[in-house]
Amino acid sequence: MTRPSTGLAYGRWTPFWFLAPAVLALALIGLYPTLFALATSFRQYNLTRTRDGFPFVGFDNYVTVLTDPTFWQTLGRTGLFFLCVMPVEVALGLAAALLLHQTGLGMLRALARVSLVIPLATTYAVVGLLGRLIFNRDFGVANAGAAALGFGPIDWLGSPTGAFTAIAAMDVWQWTPFCALIFLSGLSMVPVEIEEAARLETGSKWALLSHVQSPYLWPGLTAMLILRSADVLKLFDSVFTMTRGGPGAATELISIYIQRVGFRVFDMGVASAQALLLLVLTIVLARLYIRFFYREID
Amino acid sequence: MRRLLHALGLLAVFLFAVFPFYWMVSSSFKTQNDILASPPVWLFQPTLDNYRQVFADEKVTRAVLSSLIVAVCSTGLSLILATPAAYALARFEFRGKADLWFWFISNRFISPIVLALPIYIIARNLGLLDTHLVLILIYVTFILPIVVWIVTDFFRSIPRELEEAARLEGASQFAIFWRIYLPLGMPGIAVSAIFGFIFSWNELLYALVLTRRDVQTAPVVATSFMSGYEIPWGKIMATGTVIVLPVTVFALLVSRHMVRGLTMGATK
Repeated sequence: MTRPSTGLAYGRWTPFWFLAPAVLALALIGLYPTLFALATSFRQYNLTRTRDGFPFVGFDNYVTVLTDPTFWQTLGRTGLFFLCVMPVEVALGLAAALLLHQTGLGMLRALARVSLVIPLATTYAVVGLLGRLIFNRDFGVANAGAAALGFGPIDWLGSPTGAFTAIAAMDVWQWTPFCALIFLSGLSMVPVEIEEAARLETGSKWALLSHVQSPYLWPGLTAMLILRSADVLKLFDSVFTMTRGGPGAATELISIYIQRVGFRVFDMGVASAQALLLLVLTIVLARLYIRFFYREID
Repeated sequence: MRRLLHALGLLAVFLFAVFPFYWMVSSSFKTQNDILASPPVWLFQPTLDNYRQVFADEKVTRAVLSSLIVAVCSTGLSLILATPAAYALARFEFRGKADLWFWFISNRFISPIVLALPIYIIARNLGLLDTHLVLILIYVTFILPIVVWIVTDFFRSIPRELEEAARLEGASQFAIFWRIYLPLGMPGIAVSAIFGFIFSWNELLYALVLTRRDVQTAPVVATSFMSGYEIPWGKIMATGTVIVLPVTVFALLVSRHMVRGLTMGATK
């Protein structure tokens, strides 16, 4: 990049040959299916009624989706889920990061830091199965905790609010470490001299955080918000294994709903239209992310 | 006093992160009676029965093998395809580079359900449902971008002087990639391979809809035990432990790179 451009040291087509395998592969298994889904979304494509063929129906599927109250409800529920878990994950993550950043207690600090990797690596499906055990009404450990606080047994997975709380709790467990580690890496970017000088000036941790450390935390927070909102739009495995979207539709998030329309009702046309609308949302998020974080590439 | 509070806080962080994991592992050593006890028992006579059942169940062992085949092949294929691309992105200037970069990165954001629908139809038409191949190929769509990101970053940190010296001695572009960048970028390639392995090992949605009987992966089989009249909790938790343990070890190996990998390098 700083090299004087005295002509290229490689042939004009060299980059092409290095890129071709990856680009071809992604085009074949990523782009082609997406275009296939686009084509499907303009057809009546029900796999249980293949005898009629798959006639072209124009924008019918999109009209169906956009006027389908369930679609909007699931999208709203997904948004609500994000609004419930995100502040908790950010707050707990920041608290954990500040504890891990503070000097002293080297061994315990290292142990706590390493332990944060465990939730992040745990197979999502297993998180869901574990949630079924922890939040079981009769013998779950969550109700043992509730009883210790003086609450009667709560039917977590059997009641709409309970199930929503339970899937949110498992999400908080799995993704708080993500926020904590990002905040921690932000905190470690604060130049030591500046932090030391500020510590001599003020004894208040809040002043230190809001005036000295916060500028180093904003980029991480932005990354978290964008990535986590994309993740919530993707969220399937753990919720599916824990509640299958129930009871009723209480925990049916957008990916679970599309999976149901596509693979239980087998209405691929409508499901594809839903998926493509979801894809548009995703692309907006990806654009934002790139705008914020990869400026040097342009 | 301050120190004590700090210690208690750190202990809370540790317990928060470890407790559900601990609960899974400890339940995997419990008898069904101990699991169904209310209030839950904390001290119990551990048993290996659940593990005996798991390893005797051909469904589980075959599923673990399937998961292993799919994870290793999809990661390997992604490495072969992505490392040359990473080299090009790290060292060449060309038109459309930013767009290409955007395309690679945006795969990280796409919900699996978007591709699962068309892939299901295509695989059905080609007779590829319930094969290792379809899972291997589909997993490449999300492992390849991870490899591109991580490895590009590592390649950028290799001094250009090495490349220029080799060029003066007449090395071809491919030789430069093969003899200089691949060996020196090995740590980055290893890290990205571990990430790829973890993602494909942990994946459920594609595996659920694209396989039936022959190549069910481990998460699918674990999920399938969760039905019927009496749920075999101990066996499910033992299966869960068997699934989670190897990836946890891998994740601990790359814990230093965890954040960079998950944010695609947005934060260091």
